[in-house]
Amino acid sequence: MGNIKSIHNALKYFGAKPVIAKTPSEVKGEKIIIPGVGAFGKGMTKLKPFIPKIRETLTSNIPLLGICLGLEMFFEGSEESPGIKGLGLMKGKVVRIGTKLRLPHIGWNSLEIKKRACPLFQDIDNGYAYFVHSYHALPEEDLVAATTNYGCEINASVWKKNIFGTQFHPEKSGALGLQILKNFLEL
Amino acid sequence: MLCHRIIPCLDCDLAFPEGRVVKGIEFKQIKYAGIPWQLAEKYYEDGADEIVFLDITASHERRETMTHVIEKTSENVFVPLTVGGGIRSIEDARKVFNAGADKISVNTAAIKNPTIINKLARYFGSQACVVAIDAKRRYVTKPEEADNKIVVETPEGLCWFECSIYGGRKFTGLDAIKWAMEVEERGAGEILLTSMDKDGTKEGYDIPLTRAINERVSVPVIASGGCGILEHISEVFQKTQVSAALAASIFHYGTYSIKEVKEFLATKGIAVRLG
Repeated sequence: MGNIKSIHNALKYFGAKPVIAKTPSEVKGEKIIIPGVGAFGKGMTKLKPFIPKIRETLTSNIPLLGICLGLEMFFEGSEESPGIKGLGLMKGKVVRIGTKLRLPHIGWNSLEIKKRACPLFQDIDNGYAYFVHSYHALPEEDLVAATTNYGCEINASVWKKNIFGTQFHPEKSGALGLQILKNFLEL
Repeated sequence: MLCHRIIPCLDCDLAFPEGRVVKGIEFKQIKYAGIPWQLAEKYYEDGADEIVFLDITASHERRETMTHVIEKTSENVFVPLTVGGGIRSIEDARKVFNAGADKISVNTAAIKNPTIINKLARYFGSQACVVAIDAKRRYVTKPEEADNKIVVETPEGLCWFECSIYGGRKFTGLDAIKWAMEVEERGAGEILLTSMDKDGTKEGYDIPLTRAINERVSVPVIASGGCGILEHISEVFQKTQVSAALAASIFHYGTYSIKEVKEFLATKGIAVRLG
């Protein structure tokens, strides 16, 4: 899920020219997207060479979007991989979803937009997005832009200035997801 | 609230350059239904929550045709895509993922070599690893007749369920219910459960089978086989806790659109993604 090809296709759908960066020197776009699939620890290992480039967005104002694990890695750490440090772009940590229902949380769930001002959610009414995950982020600051419910409240999106995260997969969330990616492209 | 998923299935005959969607009846007679990527786009626009492609020819030589079908589909279809049929190795799986698939589905390869499930789950994540089970009822007069099998009561009598492989052409002696529990343990993230008795009959899903498996695993189960009318879909969601229902012919031949199915389910109070 959330394979790079799907995100690539969705961006091309809007006429963007995405580059899949294999090395940090290839990261020179106007915007950065960190997709993500798999475990937190493995993700951080793969991301390691890119960390300085990504941290630059804290001061450069280049829009940064993290999808699923990409969002989780914005935080300081995760219960999934104890002892592994995250990017620390946002304060807080990633925890296992505290629900009595089956995990992973897979499928289409309704979004409740909490921050209407968030540019990602412009022209979007509460609708459905596609989720596949067992963990979610608990920011220490007031950064939650959207939530969903799965036997408990799950943080579905975070936003801090030029940095955006979606726990769901916009590239797999039909028209609503495409609108979110379009909003990101138009920043 | 999490929605119940409606999943159209495209059985693909890849002997044609762009592939052909076909539909069998009880795994046999075949009818032609359209070009895979065209049908996929239509279903996406109509509200499909996910789309499953099954290579019914399952031949290695035609793997490239499936890759092409998925590449073409994923340019314009932005819901999860699952590909099954003839995937035998990590390398086979990698090719379809690279083409744009989000999940792969294995049946024959998993039964012949169960560790492939562990490997697929480790390489690509459980969420990307679907195990398909094709199950056939084997009736018995009393439970002792089915040695070491889980026997289920159905309106038609007691039976256990046998797994088949090679698209229903070969039976394995394997208990489908026990196998479902094993695949979950090995890392499967979802089970695509097809009733061979019901497939193509339009008599409705096999409720006892679906319930028996869904109660024993905690991964999502997709019910498949037998859907002929709208009430069959509401029935499977009301009588079992499955998270998704798969159907083919009712969509291919225009009996109902996906939108009609979902609007109907919504009137029954079943949570679905609309609009």
